[in-house]
Parts: sequence; structure tokens; C-alpha cells
Amino acid sequence: MTVHSDTGSTGSRPAPAERPELPEIVLRGGRIVDQTGERRADVRIRNGVIAEVGDIGASLEPESAGAIVLDASGCVVAPGLVDVHTHLREPGMEEAETIESGSRAAVRGGFTAVVAMPNTDPAIDNVGTARYVLEQGRRAVCDVHTAAAITVGRRGEHLAPIGELYDIGVRIFTDDGTCLGDSQVMRRALEYATAFPGAVIAQHAEDPALVKGGHMHEGAWSARLGIGGRPSEAEALIVHRDIVLARMTGGVVHFQHLSAAESVDIVRAAKLAGRRVTAEATPHHFTLTDECCGSYDPVFKVNPPLRTADDIAAIKQGLADGTIDVIATDHAPHPAEAKDRPFDEAPSGMLGLETALALTLTELVEPGVITLERALALLSWNPARIAGLTETHGQPVAVGRPANLCVFDPSHVWEVDALALASRATNTPYHGRKLTGKVRHTIVLGEAVVIAGEVTR
Amino acid sequence: MKHLLGVEDLTRADVEEFLELANSFLEVTQRDIAKVPALRGRTVATMFFEDSTRTKLSFETAAKRLSADTLSFSVSTSSVKKGESLKDTAQTVEAMGADAIVVRHSSSGAPHRVAGWVNASVVNAGDGWHGHPTQALLDAFTLRRHRGPSLDGLRVLIAGDVKHSRVARSDVHVLTTLGAQVTVCGPPTLLPSTTEGWPVTITHDLDDALCDTDVVYLLRIQRERQDAALFPTLREYTARWGLTDERAARLKPDVLVMHPGPMNRGVEISSAVADSPRSLILEQVSNGVAVRMGVLFKLLAGDGSTSSTSSTSGATTAAPGAAGATSSRTSGEGASR
Repeated sequence: MTVHSDTGSTGSRPAPAERPELPEIVLRGGRIVDQTGERRADVRIRNGVIAEVGDIGASLEPESAGAIVLDASGCVVAPGLVDVHTHLREPGMEEAETIESGSRAAVRGGFTAVVAMPNTDPAIDNVGTARYVLEQGRRAVCDVHTAAAITVGRRGEHLAPIGELYDIGVRIFTDDGTCLGDSQVMRRALEYATAFPGAVIAQHAEDPALVKGGHMHEGAWSARLGIGGRPSEAEALIVHRDIVLARMTGGVVHFQHLSAAESVDIVRAAKLAGRRVTAEATPHHFTLTDECCGSYDPVFKVNPPLRTADDIAAIKQGLADGTIDVIATDHAPHPAEAKDRPFDEAPSGMLGLETALALTLTELVEPGVITLERALALLSWNPARIAGLTETHGQPVAVGRPANLCVFDPSHVWEVDALALASRATNTPYHGRKLTGKVRHTIVLGEAVVIAGEVTR
Repeated sequence: MKHLLGVEDLTRADVEEFLELANSFLEVTQRDIAKVPALRGRTVATMFFEDSTRTKLSFETAAKRLSADTLSFSVSTSSVKKGESLKDTAQTVEAMGADAIVVRHSSSGAPHRVAGWVNASVVNAGDGWHGHPTQALLDAFTLRRHRGPSLDGLRVLIAGDVKHSRVARSDVHVLTTLGAQVTVCGPPTLLPSTTEGWPVTITHDLDDALCDTDVVYLLRIQRERQDAALFPTLREYTARWGLTDERAARLKPDVLVMHPGPMNRGVEISSAVADSPRSLILEQVSNGVAVRMGVLFKLLAGDGSTSSTSSTSGATTAAPGAAGATSSRTSGEGASR
């Protein structure tokens, strides 16, 4: 029995150790926004945890105490953001991104934890590769977790060792990049995972047969541009099927990057019927339309594809009314030479970590689609819950809580510069775009890893 | 105008200008020595990533008749086989001194990408399912010679695999821009999933559509579409959507038949119809040279880069004159080689 608990059969992650070596941090003059509401207060961080919340400006003796005092005036102090959908590309595609470079992009975007996607080379479909990612993650500037493939090699045939991976802390299982199309295998995955509390089967919902030969949303633009289409129905069909399978098995299904209006409607109906289903949406699916592909620039090529203005409206509605639980980045770096190709030959995916918060503020909060608190629910505590990270991330800004915080200026206007991003890749579709809202400081487990917008190590 | 990447942005005036240019160059192609020095010293490269007979030969002939030097590239004998990218290939061709690069590629938008990577003018010679601008211009040119000068109200039926046809996409735009009324016909699976924004009438009934048209434009049907479950058999396709001898016999005598080639005789068009007097198929090919001369001239010389005039219209009106004035000198050069 002791052996069992040593290997962590409960699947819990080690609680963050106290970090007495770190200097004390004081965030001064900010406005705290979290799930308990909103208040003006300074925050003192000591040994990796929040030590004091209140008006501590007067009692502070910066020089003698050796504390780092960070200006948070005009800023929101929020629980750190959590991305449940990050392609860190390591192992195997380090020319596009490494765990280290991706983590730098993450903290500059306000994320304190990311969940790496398993479509690496080799795939993260076994304990050895998963441990490698977690090991590399220890040297990263944010908290790095990993998802694992549902099936061996992401080939959709045989189940990966879900139990073994669960035991080292994996909670999200996905063949992302590819849809798990085989209904029987999906059924078995959902069924099997019910043995592991907190484990979730996450689906890249696009019916493989319907999207074969497709490179963009099927609609007026694909017809005009002569590019093969990936219809919205390919997503809606799998969403519908998997909700049926989840009911059948009692399993928990999470839909990644919802993009189509019809899928949002199906998920909404399922939630009303009490189904155990969650869903995420990406900033690009509430910001960009298929019209962007008109230039044939594959920087706009992504799966599922950019869709129509009506779909954007539906995604926004879903984010506002609770149908969609999470904003996830689907950060997908590709080297320049891979995107310097004709549209249909280029790989799919776009960068997202450093622009997700700003796009949420610019496209959703500023126009009044959602409140700031809802935005933070979508970016912080909801994804923390789905990823099983609530012990350390997405907690209220309160004394005794782990100090994972994001401090951002919600009115700072800046212009996206692809070459100035921390990612190794430059494939952002927002180059030259002006966004509102910028991260000023990021605190990861009590360490100020971003100060005044710059990564400190 | 620097590039010709598509026809979507061409206005009626733009199209008419291309057709006028083609008209003056058609005269050149009919001379004993069909050559003018309009592009002497300029280099036109053809970069074909797909097999092609008529378009490649047509562009190279057009360039030579304008006295341009030509560089010919075909994928089967190039470093593309060693994995060289489109970008590197295009930049390499430009580094050889190409002023214009004529691109044929199986990817829609490939010429648009090339245009972003080089300083040379780029001409789309067919990209994926997207477009084939010079084909559309030569089709309009051919129709104008038979039913022109105005195509206003001319009824054109485009029949076949519209979904996968770059010719159909470009022809629909160019012909409707010139005032023609276009109907597209084919099995629902071979029409675009949406024709929202297309200025066309859609029908699936060829027999019905044939009663009511002045021109029948047939598209090549590719055998591999059958394997993708787009239609059951070629036999059934021909029976429903092919221009068979029986259907042709019911056509009014003055109805014209066109095809961009290469044909599948006996599938979308019967051999007898293809070779009948109403068929413009070979004339389309002949006219292609003059049209492409016009396009190359417009892009390389039409904006004043070789003459003192800088305005587009000025250069255009100068073209036939320039061609005529210098033809004898060119003849001499041609003969001395």
C-alpha cells in the first residue's frame, strides 16, 4: 500500500513547495478582480504564497526588507491565467517552439500554467515522454503540465496507457490535431476514463471524412478561392456524437476550440439536459473570419478553420451565457519556412499565448459582450478546474493562497509585432493589429517572472 | 498593373483593354514573320508545377513573338525534385533575370504567394481550382470575334465539373463582367457547395439548359472524381451531362461549342461535336497566343516601363503603333538568326 501512495496512485500533483529563497514581492496600487469580486488592495507575496492583502503601502520598508515593489497602479491583479491548449512542440519540433520558449510566451501573456498538447514527435502517449515534458517544464518560467494522447501514436486505434499517465498527474487526454473519429474507440476512451476521477477526454471535433482535402471553412470564400472546404457540419456531427457517447458511457467530454454556431447550440442543449460536457473557444474563433484567407496567406490557416461572422456571434454568445467554459489559445507555432508555402501545403495553426488576454479584452470585454470577471473565469479558474489544477491555479487573490498572479493594464493599447514575441515562431495572424490590454507583471509560484512586460530570466 | 493573379478585381474596362491589346497582337501573329520587338531585352520565365501542353507553349510563343527571352522551368527536371521550395524556386528564377514569371501550380493561390516573394511581375497560368485568367480572357476574346463586339445578353452555358474548375471560376467573372448571362450546369456534387455571390443561374438539367443558350462551354471531367463518390460512373455522367451527338443534333445551328482542353472525347463531349463547324476549340488555342502577348505586354511594358508614357491608357494606345512601326526591323533580325 505504501508503494501505491508513493507512486501517487491518487493522481495528485505535489503541492508547491514553499520557496523561502525568493524575495518578497509587493504589488502596489492595483485593483483585484477574482471570483470573489473586486476591490482595491495591495498584495504582499512571501515564500510563494499570498501573505497579505490590503493597504500595505504605509507599513512597507522596501530597502530594508529587500522586497521587490511592483507598480500595479491602473492595473487589474487577477489569478494567473491557465491555458488548457498549448502546443509547445517539444519533443520533436524544437525549431518551432520549445517548452522553455513557449513558457516565456505564456508568462508574457499572463499565463501561469499551461497544458502541453501531445501531438509531438514522438507523441506524448506514454509515461516516458510525458515525464520528459514535465522534466523540461521544471526549467520553464511557468508551471508546465501535459496532456496525453487518447490513443497510441494518436492513430485512433488502441488506447494509450491512460491509467499510468493519470498516475503521474495527466488529466487531459486528447488526440488533438486529429479528431478521434472511430466511434467505438471514442466510446471505449470515455468509458475507460470514468475509472479516473478528474480525467477528461478532450476532442478535436472535426469528422475526418468530411474535412478530407479541406484547408479552410467551406462556404462562399472557399468556393471563390478554389480551396477545399472543411464544413461546420464536420464539427457539429462529432460534437453531437460525442455528447451521445458521453451520456451512454457516463464519461466526461471536453470539446476543444469550438468554432461553429451549430456546435455551440448543440453544447448548450446538452448542458441544459444536464450532460457532463465542457467546451473551449479560441480568440481567433471569436476574432477572425474566413475572409482573412482571401490573401492566400497560410498564417490564417488553422483547424478548425476561421469561419463566418455568424459563427463569431454564436461563439461570443456561448462565452457569455456559459455554454463555453474556457478560452484556450491553441497556441500552435510553426517555423517560417513551413508557412512560406502555398495555402494548401502549409501546416495549420497560429500563435496565441501573447495575444489571448488582449483579444479577450478587446473583442469581448471592451464591447460589453462579457464582464471582466467573466473573462477571467474563462481564462483562469474555469480552465484550472478542467485541467485539475485548482490547488495551485485560478484561486482567489487571498491570504494563504499560492501566489500565481497576472497583473495587467486593461487600457494599455499596443501593436502586435510578430518579431517581438517571445515564441520561437512568428506565425501570428495579428501582426500590426492594435489591441487593448497588456500584461505588466506575472507572478508564478511567488516569483516575479515578468516585470513591466519583460521576462526576468 | 503589375501582376495578373486573378480576374476578380478586373473591371469591365480592364478586361476590354486586355481584349483590345489582344486584337492588335492577333494581327501580328498573322504576319509572315510574326514577331515584334516590344519586349526585347526582357525575360519571361514559365514556371509550371503541373503538366501542361497548350498554356505553357502558348505563353512561351507569346513571349517569343514579343522578342522577350524565355526561361522555361518544369518541375520534372528541376531541383523541386530535391525538395526545393516554391519560394526558393521562384527567387532563383528571378535571380536569373526574369522580369515576369508565369506560374502554373496545383495549389490555389500559389501565384499570389509567389508575387509576395519576388519583385518580378507574376502571371497566373492556372492555380488549383481558383483561376485561369488568360484562359478566361481568350475565351471572351474568341466569343467577341464570333458574337461581338458586345457580349451583352449573350447566353453562355458552362457545363461540367464547376466545383474543381479554375476555368469556370475565371470565365464566370470575365464573361458576366462583359455582360453575358452565364448558367452553370452539372451534377450537384460537382457544383460549388455554395454559389452565394456568383452572378450565375444554376441548373442540373442539361437538356433543359441547352434549349436556351447561345454558347455551350464544356469542362473537362476528371476520372478520379468518380472515386471520390462525386458521381457514380462516367457512363452515367455522359448520359446526363455530356454533349453527345444526340444532344448536339437538337441544338440550334448557330450555337457555339467551346472547351478549354484537354478534352475527354466521348465523356463530356463527343468526338463529332468537338470536330464540328460549331466548335471553337482550336480557335481558342490560336487566340490564346495573342491574348497572352497582350497580357505580357501590358504587365511588362504597359505601365510605361519601356516607353516614356507612364499612364496605362497611354501605353495601351501606343501598343499597336509600336508593334507596327518596328515590325520590319524585327523581321530583319528574325531572318538573320
